[in-house]
Amino acid sequence: MSTQNTAAPKEQLLYGTMLFYGCWSGLLIMVVTYLIYCFGILDPHVGMQDVTRLWSMPVGEYLSQGDVPVGWGWATLLNRGDFLNFIGIAFLAGLTIICYIPLIGAYFKKKDPIFAILAIAEIVVLSVAASGLVGSGGH
Amino acid sequence: MKRNAKWICALAGAALVVLMAATLAWSSSDGGEVAAQVAAATGNGSNLPWWAWPIILLFFCFVLGIIAVLAGVGGGVLFVPLVSGFFPFHLDFVRGAGLLVALAGALAAGPGLLRRNLASLRLALPVALIASSCAIVGAFLGLALPTNVVQLCLGGTIMFIAILLLTSKNVVRPVVTKQDALGLALGMNGAYTEASTGEVIEWKTHRTLPGLLLFIVIGVMAGMFGLGAGWANVPVLNLLMGAPLKVAVGTSKFLLSITDTSAAWVYLNKGCVIPLMAIPSIIGLMVGSFVGVRLLAKAKPKFIRYMVIGVLLFAGGKALLKGLGI
Repeated sequence: MSTQNTAAPKEQLLYGTMLFYGCWSGLLIMVVTYLIYCFGILDPHVGMQDVTRLWSMPVGEYLSQGDVPVGWGWATLLNRGDFLNFIGIAFLAGLTIICYIPLIGAYFKKKDPIFAILAIAEIVVLSVAASGLVGSGGH
Repeated sequence: MKRNAKWICALAGAALVVLMAATLAWSSSDGGEVAAQVAAATGNGSNLPWWAWPIILLFFCFVLGIIAVLAGVGGGVLFVPLVSGFFPFHLDFVRGAGLLVALAGALAAGPGLLRRNLASLRLALPVALIASSCAIVGAFLGLALPTNVVQLCLGGTIMFIAILLLTSKNVVRPVVTKQDALGLALGMNGAYTEASTGEVIEWKTHRTLPGLLLFIVIGVMAGMFGLGAGWANVPVLNLLMGAPLKVAVGTSKFLLSITDTSAAWVYLNKGCVIPLMAIPSIIGLMVGSFVGVRLLAKAKPKFIRYMVIGVLLFAGGKALLKGLGI
């Protein structure tokens, strides 16, 4: 029986590297935007006192009373301290999609079409989830 | 060294107990729920200033992060039941934050595991596709069901997880005599170097189809409850499919970054993420996990694990009672 190579495949190493830099960049963005929010450098869309009142209610109440947009509506409120935080959150949530993209070419190059198709399918699934196309709207 | 390890365990345990007691004292006689009801009825906010909550969450999640690593459980499985049980946040927002907490932890751990070949893309990709698709379904289901029903299901699941942690005996190196056709076709095999001995461990899977089918259930539950699902991934990969324990744990942790991404987007798009509570939770737990990893090398985690199981049983019971309206 031949001994398998214990080294991680190239595409796996690339995925890991992209994940490393992406993850820490995302966390840094989150810290910076959170400090901007907490120190009131940008006014929030939903006031601090309102948030602490609304977070004990179902999300539907939070959305209607706070006039909070759903889906990608947060992108129109980036000049607001609270919604500025969604940049870091969305970046972390989208990182996996970004890391998957090079896998497609790598697997086709290795003549492994099954895994290339799996990678494409995963990108499609995550993109559909991210798009908010499926079942978007208030709770 | 032994005495230091005992002190570390005792300190971590004491910190969790103190935090739990403090939040329990505040929310005694369902103070948390009463506060929420009063806030809803009168429109007045909590008695605490708004900035107190991020600070409390930061420290609470910091301790949770340490405890989670020492106990060998994921951050999500502790975060959701404990925060929903002892803080005034609605379950919708706790689940949204819980998914982001689990996702951030998995993203941070992923690079190291992938580089050391302890997380395998060959094992993860097929499984991830199933789990992430079903996590979307679970997320929609969880947000559509009445809150008390979700609380009941969450309570039952958490208690089941506690019993599973107590009773399951993972196998370090399962014996897989013959790989099945599906596993072979998908190339679910590999090798890694055992760091402690330098031995090369080759592995392959079997019972691939039943394993893949179980990930349907795992994905739905992860999305529905905002849990990380590592507690289910590891037994399926290790005990059912025959992956060595280290590969099962590593791949499971990496898998969470994919499964939780899909569910997290659903909660995000539905407005279930409040940055004021989500971000200190993420940061607290991640910093705590880093500290926990450093402590793990020195500490004996058995005591912590049993304490966590006890806490999970308590939190699960509390969620059940909440769901029953008691």
